[in-house]
Parts: sequence; C-alpha cells; structure tokens
Amino acid sequence: MMSVSEIKRRMEEESAEETIQSLFDKIERSKLNAFITLTKEQALEEARKADKNGTRGLLGAVPIAIKDNISTKGIQTTCASKILKGYVPPYDAHVIERLKAEGAIIIGKTNMDEFAMGSSTETSFFGPTRNPHDLSRVPGGSSGGSAAAVAGGEVPIALGSDTGGSVRCPASFCGVVGLKPTYGMVSRYGLISYANSLEQIGPFGCSVEDVALLLDVIAGHDPRDSTSHVMKKNRYVDELKDDVSGLKIGVPEEYFEGVDKDVDNAVRDGITLLEELGASCSEVALPHTKYALASYYIIAMSEASSNLARFDGVRYGLRLEKDKDWHTTFSEIRAEGFGEEVKRRILLGTYALSAGYYGRYYLKALKVRTLIKQDFENAFKKVDVLITPTMPCAAFKIGEKIDDPLSLYLADVNTVPMNLAGVPSISVPCGFANGLPMGMQIIGGHFDEGLILRVAHTFEKHAGVA
Amino acid sequence: MISKKDVEHIGWLARIKLSDEEKEEFTGQLNTILDYFAKLDEIDPSVTPTHHVSGIENVFRDDVAKESLGQEDVLRNAPRKEEGFFKGPRIV
Repeated sequence: MMSVSEIKRRMEEESAEETIQSLFDKIERSKLNAFITLTKEQALEEARKADKNGTRGLLGAVPIAIKDNISTKGIQTTCASKILKGYVPPYDAHVIERLKAEGAIIIGKTNMDEFAMGSSTETSFFGPTRNPHDLSRVPGGSSGGSAAAVAGGEVPIALGSDTGGSVRCPASFCGVVGLKPTYGMVSRYGLISYANSLEQIGPFGCSVEDVALLLDVIAGHDPRDSTSHVMKKNRYVDELKDDVSGLKIGVPEEYFEGVDKDVDNAVRDGITLLEELGASCSEVALPHTKYALASYYIIAMSEASSNLARFDGVRYGLRLEKDKDWHTTFSEIRAEGFGEEVKRRILLGTYALSAGYYGRYYLKALKVRTLIKQDFENAFKKVDVLITPTMPCAAFKIGEKIDDPLSLYLADVNTVPMNLAGVPSISVPCGFANGLPMGMQIIGGHFDEGLILRVAHTFEKHAGVA
Repeated sequence: MISKKDVEHIGWLARIKLSDEEKEEFTGQLNTILDYFAKLDEIDPSVTPTHHVSGIENVFRDDVAKESLGQEDVLRNAPRKEEGFFKGPRIV
C-alpha cells in the first residue's frame, strides 16, 4: 500500500507520468480484478500536463480509483451490470467535479457487486474481485474493487459508496481505512441510486489521514441533491490530533453477539489500548439492534425496486434485437440485463410495497428505523463514540456464501444500523487472524466526522497494525 | 408463504420475465427471507415511522432556467433513436 504523501514524494522524485505508468503496469499484471475500466490514456495525458505545468489543489496529480456506480463524464459507468455495459455518462457526479477541481487523476472505475447489492463483490457481471491478502477469498463488498485496489497498492485512494456497509465491509476485509459519512454530508448527485435514503459516497485510503483528506475534498453542500446539507466547509485533516484523553467510549454488547473469537479479541484489545491512552469505556445498550437487519433490507429492497425501474433500454442500456409489445420488451430486457441478486431484491421490494403488504413490511421497517435512530440518540447522550467490530468475521472464501442469500445478508448485521440512523462510522484495521485483516468500527453522532477520525487516527498511530 | 404463482405475479409487476427455474428457486429463497422479516411483527405498532433520517423537508429553489444537457448528449446512449427522439417499443 502507499499513502498520498508517499505517492506525492515519488512523483517529485520521478515524474507524475512515470509514477502513474508504474501503477498501470502493476494493475495490468494484477490478479485482483479490481477494475472494470481503466482510463490509461487520459490519466497519462493529465500526468504529463501536471509534469509540465505543475500541480494544483489538495490532490494535485494524485491518482484515484472510482467505484463504477459513480457517474464519470466520458468514462464507461456500468454498476457492474450487463444492463449498463457500454453506458457513458454525459455528466460528472458532484464528487468527480470536486476531485477534478482539486487536481486528482482518475485511473479507472472499480469492480463492485452489481448495483452495489452484495457484501462480497461476487455478483459483478465482470467476475469477482479477489482479496489481496488471500486470492481465494472475497474482498468484501459492495465496493470490493476500490478496497482491493488500495490494499493491493494499485492506487493510494479510492471512492466507494455505502448503503448498508459497502465501504466499511471491504475496508475491514482488505485491511484499509474506509468511512461512511453522515447522511447528507456528501452529494449523491451522479451516484446511480440503489437505496437513496440510506446511501452515501465514502472514501478509502491506507491511512486515516488520507481518508480525512479525501473527505475534505468531497464533502459539502450541493443544491442538485435535495438531501445535501448546508454546512460550513471543514478541514478534517486539521482535526487529526493524537489525543483521546477524556473521551467516553460506549461498547454495545449487541454488536459482539455471534462475532468470531479472533475479531472479538482484536476489537476489545483496541478498546483497551484507547483506555490506556486516556479514554474511558462503559457498556451501552442499543436494544433494537436485532431488528435493524430486517428493517434495512426491506427499506433497501423497496427503494431498489423503484429506483431500478428506470432501466428499460429506452434512454440507455441493454436493448434486445427485436422489440415486441411494450411490456414484453421491458420484461425481457430486464430478465437478460439483471443478475440474480438484483432480480431477487427487486422482486422482494416489489412484494413489500405491493397492495396489502405495505403495512406488514415497509411501514414496519420505517417504524424500526425510528427506534434504531432513538437508540443512537440515547447512547450519544452518555458517550462520545461507540466502538464495535465492523464485520463479525474475516474475509470468507469466494463461493462460500453466494448460494445462500440470507447468510450473506446476515454478515451486514453490524454495519446497517448506521445507514438507518444516518450516523457516520469508520472502519480501521485492528489486527490479523491467520493472515487476514480485521476491522474495528468507530461510530459517532450526526456530523461527528472530526471526532471519529481523531479517535481512528490516535488508534492507528498507537496500534501499529500494518 | 408465497407460491410459485405469486412469484410469477411479482415478476410481472416488476417487469422481469422469469424462467421456470428462476420461479422455482426464487419461491424458496423469498420465503426464507420473508420468514426472517417476520421478526418485525414484534414491534410496537404505535411507533411513528421515519421516512427520512435527517428530517429535512421540501427544498425549494428559484424558478430560473439554467443550461441543461444538449439533445445530442442526452441521446448518445440511447440504443434506438429517430429524428432526435428516443424510440420505445410499440404501444399498440
């Protein structure tokens, strides 16, 4: 892995062009399958310009990889789906405009679970991404390509999206840092929607500092996303102090139920380390946690069934050879273009919203959302941050869970509550078990990014997890 | 319990044509998942639902015309087009 400051140093010693060329050499030899599309020509051209004219902005000439559900003008954006293969967006997402304004160079679009629906990056139409720590294992998902590219040293920073853990899960499985911002902090303009009341774009990096830097670039109000918050521009990098004295940590035991022993030990050791550094720790209860997963999936699937109705082969996407009547044409395009997991979620969402079932599923899920939100509000009256395992286990084998959808859903148990409540959370590496990385999750109240980044930074500095 | 016939109907509502194998497979899987969702029956029905977590309501802007994407850009990804229009399947 390499940090932003290392890559900047290399670009000064050699040149931006040589440095970025060496990344492409590495990616072209790679077995990870982290990328769907590479933008080699444009990236090298921009690097040459930077070498000639000098760099500008917070990310001057720094290479970055972008999850393939974030619209990039002129660069194929597929959501890892057959239905969008060949789609080239005519505009940039807000985050892409911000990256370009700060001088970053996009080197490619990363692999993911189809339409971000999954926790393993196995449902991609373009084949699974592999975990750099063990090629027979999944990188986590759905932003598995972005996490694997950073962990494999193919790029220093990347963007993902997190609807129910899709940044934090692969960060945990690949041993990198990943953050899900507060709902409304980062504009979703140009993010291809899966479940829009839950998702946020989030940064990956090999250090907390790089994640904070990338958040500085992408956060901020954008009137084109009506859920975007009006807020003053922060500099999170400046809040990275090595200091947790007086910090009150809450430990919710609900999040340790059914967690693998190695993960349990590593996270508890992490909490002990923070206590030694001056924090205090107490147990807190989040009593509605057991309902979070069902609530999350019902809301996500319901929103997905509506959001994905736009894929009909008229304005973009797959169209079959011969048109038939109106309904048959769309039904056949969608049968051919969507993969199994996407179909499963659209069907379940359609069912949950259909006449007679709305009250039983969707409305109940929204009521649980209230309870989960209150759980967090009550907890943050007593403590500053919550610490839990990010995932209940380390990376599993490719193929191990894919035939049993419910068992794969259950792996998200510790990451979905934050999306329901809209609170920010960061996954930071906290150790290895049998050569596989594990992640510790630090959760804050709404817009407490500065605080959770500071705690993660302090932990990272003292834990020495490489 | 939902039946294979229900799954076929949901597929129709969602405009996804399902093969016989898919209908069979999804019936089993959907029932397993819906069983898990039944957990929510324990919830107190008097709780107020949260539709949107940040609590913001309508966001308005001034009704001022702004530049939008050009016709060519918008049509570029359309698989079928004619004389500057998207071409959909026949309705009747």
